[in-house]
Amino acid sequence: MKQKIESLNAQLSAAIANVQNKEQLAAFWQEYLGKKGHYSLLMTELRNVPAEERPQAGKVINEAKKWAEAQYQELSARIAQIELEAQNAREAVDITMPATRRPAGSLHPITIVKDQMIDVFAGMGFEIYEGPEIEDDDHNFTRLNVHKNHPARDMQDTFYVADDIVLRTHTSPGQIRVMDSQQPPIKVLVPGRVFRSDSDATHSPMFHQMEGLVVDKGITLCDLQGMLDKFVQALFSADVKTRLRPSYFPFTEPSVEVDVSCFACGGKGCSLCKGTGWIEVLGGGVVHRQVLQNCGVDPDVYSGFAFGIGIERITMLKYGINNMGYLFENDVRFLKQFKD
Amino acid sequence: MKVPFSWLKEYVDIDVSAEELQTRLFSCGFEVEELIDLAAEFDRVVVGVITEAVKQEGTHLTMCKLDCGAYGKNIEISTGADNIFVGAHVPAALDNSRLPGGIVIKAKPLMGVMSYGMLCSGEELGINDDHIEGAEVNGILILPDDTVAGTPIAEVIGLDDVIFDISVTANRPDCQSVLGIAREVAAVLRKPLKMPATDYKTSDYVHPTLAVEVADMDLCPRYLGHYVRNITAGPSPRWLKRRLALCGLRSISNVVDITNYVMLEIGQPMHAFDMDTLESTRILVRRATEGEKIVTLDEKEFTLSPQNLVICDGEKPVALAGVMGGLNSEITDKTTQLLFESAKFARDNIRKTSRSLGQSTDASSHYEKGIAEYTTELGMARALHLIEELNIGEITASAFDCNDGTPRAGKSFTATLSGINAILGIDVPADTVLDILARLQFEVVADGDNLSVTAPRWREDIEIGEPDLAEEVIREYGYEHIKPTFLASATTTSGGLNRAQKTRAKMKRTLCGQGYFETSTLAFYADADLDALHIAADAPERNVIRLINPISSNLTIMRPLLAPSLLNVVVENLKRGNEAGRLFELANIYIPKQVPVTELPEERPHLGMAAFGDEEDFFTVKGSMEGIAEAFGLTFTYTRCTDVPFLHPGIAAYVECEGERIGYFGKLANDVTAELKLPKDSKAGKKIFLGELDYDKLIAHEDPNFRYQPLPAFPSVSRDLALVADEAVACGDIEAEIRKACPAVSEVKLFDVYRSEHIGEGKKSMAFALTFQGTDAPLVPEQVDRFVNKILGNLKFKLGIEIR
Repeated sequence: MKQKIESLNAQLSAAIANVQNKEQLAAFWQEYLGKKGHYSLLMTELRNVPAEERPQAGKVINEAKKWAEAQYQELSARIAQIELEAQNAREAVDITMPATRRPAGSLHPITIVKDQMIDVFAGMGFEIYEGPEIEDDDHNFTRLNVHKNHPARDMQDTFYVADDIVLRTHTSPGQIRVMDSQQPPIKVLVPGRVFRSDSDATHSPMFHQMEGLVVDKGITLCDLQGMLDKFVQALFSADVKTRLRPSYFPFTEPSVEVDVSCFACGGKGCSLCKGTGWIEVLGGGVVHRQVLQNCGVDPDVYSGFAFGIGIERITMLKYGINNMGYLFENDVRFLKQFKD
Repeated sequence: MKVPFSWLKEYVDIDVSAEELQTRLFSCGFEVEELIDLAAEFDRVVVGVITEAVKQEGTHLTMCKLDCGAYGKNIEISTGADNIFVGAHVPAALDNSRLPGGIVIKAKPLMGVMSYGMLCSGEELGINDDHIEGAEVNGILILPDDTVAGTPIAEVIGLDDVIFDISVTANRPDCQSVLGIAREVAAVLRKPLKMPATDYKTSDYVHPTLAVEVADMDLCPRYLGHYVRNITAGPSPRWLKRRLALCGLRSISNVVDITNYVMLEIGQPMHAFDMDTLESTRILVRRATEGEKIVTLDEKEFTLSPQNLVICDGEKPVALAGVMGGLNSEITDKTTQLLFESAKFARDNIRKTSRSLGQSTDASSHYEKGIAEYTTELGMARALHLIEELNIGEITASAFDCNDGTPRAGKSFTATLSGINAILGIDVPADTVLDILARLQFEVVADGDNLSVTAPRWREDIEIGEPDLAEEVIREYGYEHIKPTFLASATTTSGGLNRAQKTRAKMKRTLCGQGYFETSTLAFYADADLDALHIAADAPERNVIRLINPISSNLTIMRPLLAPSLLNVVVENLKRGNEAGRLFELANIYIPKQVPVTELPEERPHLGMAAFGDEEDFFTVKGSMEGIAEAFGLTFTYTRCTDVPFLHPGIAAYVECEGERIGYFGKLANDVTAELKLPKDSKAGKKIFLGELDYDKLIAHEDPNFRYQPLPAFPSVSRDLALVADEAVACGDIEAEIRKACPAVSEVKLFDVYRSEHIGEGKKSMAFALTFQGTDAPLVPEQVDRFVNKILGNLKFKLGIEIR
């Protein structure tokens, strides 16, 4: 019997090597451990063993069967592992193939920059007002101290839809509309579309401006520069600063042109700033007394400053866009590049 | 405004370089747009003296040896010109030299003989006889014998100069002249201003009949006339010719040159009438009569109206006031007596005349910017001085001054030092303020804080008050003195976007989330853009606002719809090979309250959408609509839309919300698509979808008081139904019927549509997943069975639908 068991164990050990899959594993179990398997049949041979040796033989058979079952468990685990690996291999994908998704769209770069500007000023307590795009002469010019024969009317090539109704040439009429409806303190931004009959590589007949107006007691030119410093630092980078220089707008006095130190070269001079170290970004000034008076604000009590920013210009500076036309062509390959 | 450096130096002792002056002018508000170094145009072009000239056998060339002083004594240069001779002083462009227009001259063999440069003609130097005599002869420019070999040519021809091209702001017409800029230079450099001489002596002669009269004082508040006789017409002296040449003007004759010179120097347009040509000696400034004609100096004829001002010799116009003189009274070399005119005309009238006649001149441009009466007086005096200086005529005692009685004084007002500082936000020392104002020729009497100020007569831009003075002070004191403060005294305010503004931002982001790119298109287009969308001639969208002065025929009307703009963007993208895209714009359309417009129109925000490309169909775009509805908590319903002319009548829908129509979307109509100018092989061009929603109407349905719904207390039950319906039965009708039949249905979802012979011709099988939700108690299967039976009964009865 012992000899027989040993030979059976050897047979099983040899058979294990040939089991490679679940089906073979099942057959293996049937052959050795099933009801009619070799190890089960050993018990039936026990009756041929002399009675006094039977307990000992039974024990040996049981041990052999346990051993065989252990062999099976181990084999089964190995086959499961093989099967899993085979499945994984079958299911594996080329992970370098393109992703499938509906790509998100994005906001127009002008909107992105406009929103960034609004964000900066909103934090300073500015409200946002949007006035009409088609304006009367009174709001667009006269009450901004640009009377009928004023040379500034030449500065702004105006689209007319009636004798005294125009496409607004700037967002400044927003100043008048806000002051008409609200007493100081006033801090307001007026973003919007504006129109001038001008079209070439650097001009579009429609473009975007952002007007800012602050009216309160004791507002000075120093406050204008202080606020604009904060603005350009938030928009460009923390180390830029502004420079004021004299200019002329009919609705501010004194009027200033505001330059920002070149954020590309740090002021040393480069192609972006045309070697000057400074980039012109906006105009502004102290609100003209006449404009305050025109809106029923007492210029002896209140003072203020106003500024106007060309959003296209800032957008082009921020993203290095060298042709204003791109902003209005709406080529999807262009639009796709802007993330926000 | 172009100003030669040499001319400025005549009025101010400038002890700084041109570059330094540029910086100083910039700091006080005069940006020098370009500093033009004229001498740089003539690099290594020098005076050469020909010491030898040998004809080269068999060629047209002469080999010259030149003494070019420090540049070499025996420089060999070949020339084809035949007006040269030994001993001639000529301009020699040496090896590696540069001529105007960026032409570089290099040593090279000519007909086999090395030539180390080029001898130049006046034309090659870009100059004419005004710069130097002989510049216009055919051949090499022969220079005067007193020129020294090796001298840079720029010095010899008077172009060793720097031109300041200065941008002058609209409030400073007084700076549209050399003298005007010189005043600013003197102030900023703290130097005295040396005024040009304006003294002259008059003879005792008085013209017996000459009279000057202004009929329309409103258009001509000041008119000065002065009679000059015994004129010696002839060429101008070299210095005068060169000055004009520096400023790009040709010399014509001494009298005409004086008028041009005064305009450049003083900023006063001048005119001279040849008295011999006038029909009468009664000069009248009046409005033209309707249809009156004048031929101006440039031989153009204009038909005038009472809008135009003319100068008449009694009857006929002899000048178009402020624009150009008449051909009939032109100064010629035969002129013996003349009347000088120096006038101030109303600038808006000159602008209107210049624009309406399309006739713009240096004079009209000066008048449009504005002339102070001070300048009018100074101009006349300067012109008469030059007549005397050139000794070319007798200045008679016949002088005329027509005026409206405006006082001859600068504006006077009071101000305070503290008021000036309050505007600036800094303390400028009182002495500094007074010094600056004095430099700018303001007359100031200070009494403590109080200032009595009289502005210079030429500063008509000065209004009455401290802001003007603050600007003058800070531009001279320097903006670097401004110390940035962050709203030191302002009240704290709350800011940020209001609800409507935030909602708009959310709408944009919602669309971005759906794969749409925001576009920015022009707010105007043309009728042709509406034609392209087959908008009927009598459609309400044809009631548009028209620009009175459009910039181009493509941009004539304020848009009544966004769809044409977006379609143009789609077509442009397809032309560029962009085969797919989703685009939107949230922008105003414009609706006139009446045509022609007499009051501000309505501006309505619309949401325009466009989708194109192979992956798009009606339902992908409908999905975008559902996305919008979901984002704003709305429920949209859709009804068939067959009457939007640019949408496919079978593939378009109206979008409705709570029973209100808020817009439409659908596939671009076949007939509209066929007319698009698309690339021939464009597949994407066959799949263009457009939508347009009334944004305000849409947003009005948003519930601003959103409250949460409690979650259902009991589990829901699902049932699938496979139904067979006629093709004509709409899915939406089935869904509506199901919901109507059973209020416990919380969701209906179509998940399959199937057609086959087995089901039958003209039939479709539709599989719906229904969800039932009990509200008071959990649903039991028997209840759901009853619901399903009720639903099936209704579907069969109302829509003829069978269960499969």
